[in-house]
Amino acid sequence: MYDVVIIGAGVTGCAIARYLSRYQVNACVIEKDEDVCTGTSKANSAIVHAGFDAANGSLMAKFNVKGSEMMPALSKELDFPYDMCGSLVVCVAEEELPKLQALYENGVKNGVKGLEIVDRAKLLEMEPNISDAAVAALWAPTGAIVCPFNLTIALAENAAVNGVEFKFNTEVANIEKQADGTFKVIAKDGTVIESKAVVNAAGVYSDVFHNMMSEKKIQIVPRKGEYLLLDHNTDGFVKHTVFQLPGKYGKGVLVSPTVHRNTIVGPTATDIDDPEGTNTTAEGLQEVIEKSAIAVKDVPTRQTITSFAGLRAHEVSHEFVLGEVAENPGYFDAAGIESPGLSSSPAIGEYMSDLIAEKLGLEKDPTFVGVRKGIVKAEELSKEERNELIKANPAYGQIICRCESISEGEIIDAIRRPVGAKSLDGIKRRVRAGMGRCQAGFCSPRVIEILARELGVEQSEITKSGGDSKIIVGVVKDRI
Amino acid sequence: MENYNIVIIGGGPAGLAAAVAAYDAGERSILILERDSQLGGILNQCIHNGFGLHTFKEELTGPEYAKRYADQVVERNIEYRLNTMVMDISKDKVVTAMNRTDGMFDIQAKAVILAMGCRERSRGALNIPGYRPAGIYSAGTAQRLVNIEGYMPGRKVVILGSGDIGLIMARRMTLEGAEVQVVAELMPYSGGLKRNIVQCLNDFNIPLKLSHTVVDIEGKERVTGITIAEVDSRNKPIPGTEEHYECDTLLLSCGLLPENELSRNAGVEISRITNGPTVNESLETSIPGVFAAGNVLHVHDLVDFVSEEAAAAGRNAVAFVNGELAQDTEGEIALTVEGGPRYTVPSTIDPKKMTDQLTVRFRVGSVMKNKWVNVYIDDEKVIRKKRQVMAPGEMEEVVLKKSMFENHADAKRISIRVEEA
Repeated sequence: MYDVVIIGAGVTGCAIARYLSRYQVNACVIEKDEDVCTGTSKANSAIVHAGFDAANGSLMAKFNVKGSEMMPALSKELDFPYDMCGSLVVCVAEEELPKLQALYENGVKNGVKGLEIVDRAKLLEMEPNISDAAVAALWAPTGAIVCPFNLTIALAENAAVNGVEFKFNTEVANIEKQADGTFKVIAKDGTVIESKAVVNAAGVYSDVFHNMMSEKKIQIVPRKGEYLLLDHNTDGFVKHTVFQLPGKYGKGVLVSPTVHRNTIVGPTATDIDDPEGTNTTAEGLQEVIEKSAIAVKDVPTRQTITSFAGLRAHEVSHEFVLGEVAENPGYFDAAGIESPGLSSSPAIGEYMSDLIAEKLGLEKDPTFVGVRKGIVKAEELSKEERNELIKANPAYGQIICRCESISEGEIIDAIRRPVGAKSLDGIKRRVRAGMGRCQAGFCSPRVIEILARELGVEQSEITKSGGDSKIIVGVVKDRI
Repeated sequence: MENYNIVIIGGGPAGLAAAVAAYDAGERSILILERDSQLGGILNQCIHNGFGLHTFKEELTGPEYAKRYADQVVERNIEYRLNTMVMDISKDKVVTAMNRTDGMFDIQAKAVILAMGCRERSRGALNIPGYRPAGIYSAGTAQRLVNIEGYMPGRKVVILGSGDIGLIMARRMTLEGAEVQVVAELMPYSGGLKRNIVQCLNDFNIPLKLSHTVVDIEGKERVTGITIAEVDSRNKPIPGTEEHYECDTLLLSCGLLPENELSRNAGVEISRITNGPTVNESLETSIPGVFAAGNVLHVHDLVDFVSEEAAAAGRNAVAFVNGELAQDTEGEIALTVEGGPRYTVPSTIDPKKMTDQLTVRFRVGSVMKNKWVNVYIDDEKVIRKKRQVMAPGEMEEVVLKKSMFENHADAKRISIRVEEA
């Protein structure tokens, strides 16, 4: 019997797990996929919103601002890439200046610090590639960029080190409330997991798990966002996250640096039915290219190294659903976590874990370790430091991913860590091998080899992302 | 810091030929840095034959061709380091490299020869819509899995792009027991050699659909299907022409890109057309003493020409080290193109520095039939060459002679023109 079972190993589930692990608790995260960070958390804008956008008084505003404030310290404690580069909301029409002012005022009310409206001259100084039509912008110095993979992975690793279990490839089929008030979580494969409390952090499926336990129904409409990721050689093209003020051209797309020196452009926003519909479309990609030009001129979209689509867990009322389900005490929701969900995740994790701890009467764990050291980023070390590392472990001297300059040592570490990588995508999210301009063309056979060796399985068992996503289907001439 | 007169970045066909030629020109302080575990580069996975017809007058496989050169390197005791990744090249020709045993180390070179080869254009760079499941490989990745590792990457295959590796892999996958259903090519002509279309597609009844592209990739875990469609003259898919193929694999052979990240960081000027360094008649880049040859310079069709080019770079590097390569740029004449060629390598020539014969290579931008390739020095036609067919997939060449410049002491322009007569 667990104290707490969390459904979903996205950033929300992992944040709740990590903050819950501050308590003496027997907890488990259940995930239908093979790894953490495989749904909404892996395919988004990779930014920490300052918090000026969400409606004042909403949960979104509250948790966004709080999460954004927690992020700098958390990035140091858990060692994930985060950069407070600041964000700009660009207004491209004089007549829309009142809207910019309204956004500024909303931000001030939300408690966002340092907001300022900058004129065209200042804007041009800050972003030389800004559109000729730009008249002014809202400057939010606390806007930031983050690695959403390593944020989620860091939270999960830290939770695991502090005793939280993770069960992957476990899709929850049903949940039953027992007479004694505890829950039976039944997986598709028949596994039964018992728990005193259950947390629904199921992203695009969070309506399903809410509605199982509540008569007050919610509805998630997966909202697709398509993106382009541009080559490192676009590094510095924009220096801040550049949004466009929603207006006569619609919502627009952002153009932003990433913490890994790429440029990201997107997203679109299309409501779809399929909660697994992460395919890109010709129209969507074209829309991203066209809209990128509204706020920034000549975005080098020809330097695209990959395109992708993510699904936001959009609840129809556009608000987070957080807290205990009234009809079923012990059952908690963290549902409808769409943007600014990534930004809010630490605040949601802290809030939800305190709520659960109070409910179950959990004591703080005096042995809790709140810091985590990430995988060494060899590229960032000095020559001397790097040589010491290679001396201690020669695998750090062997480059596997030439585009991102990732060594075998980093890849091995990604596999051996708590909640380690088991697939090519798992490696990619942890250390970026395969995320560069050749998109794993050169390194994937090598990474497959290392994964198979480290995990003690045949190379043919290695997948791109779990399930049926095998890379190798047999040996040559085996069907002749 | 270690010192070598010539450091060669890459131990593939270009690097090996450059090393051998440099040695044979008298240089003894040569070091080859190779990132893979053996010499030979990408040739090691090219197990088909057809290599070496020009160089050795016989048909070799890729590994055999590589071995001929690797043996010459070994016979000459030329130094090389394997599993060694070059991390940086400075303007001052300090090469920073790394491996398991030496860690990260610096080498001061007098001359550097860039021979890093090229990479394949990825699915992401092509912006093909659809899902991102397993089962999408660049043709070269599939070639490595099949030919080096002995694994099948898939059973039912669609290939996008008719570059040579894609054509070769269409045949290879068929021979290994897979079913290759179709090769779709965006352009109205193939990107590969005519002989490969005949030997790899026609001989196996694999259809080649020109002016077609992939418009959708299906499958959430592994590829389950591909939709292709015909494109119009602006390369936009034509609605209503979609054809669906059930398959588990999509191979991509949509172009090769010279790998010039190191060159760029060093400050070497890169051509926007070839994506390789711009070089003069000595194959010297914009940084004196830094030379380039092979696919890092411009993508070749035949390795024989890579070897030939690289040997020239090797000899020129020796001349540079010996102070015999003049460094003035006054006599430099730009090569211009008209009527078809997209670029030339080299892009400038200084007649007084050129060898008696200099091969200038170029590609045309579209298929051209029954044309003349004419070379002019200023307004004098010095070469005329009838070409029945020229295609972007086949590299062209003209050979300039030093003697052609005898009457043109102050030549301002050399132009290569494709003309009707």
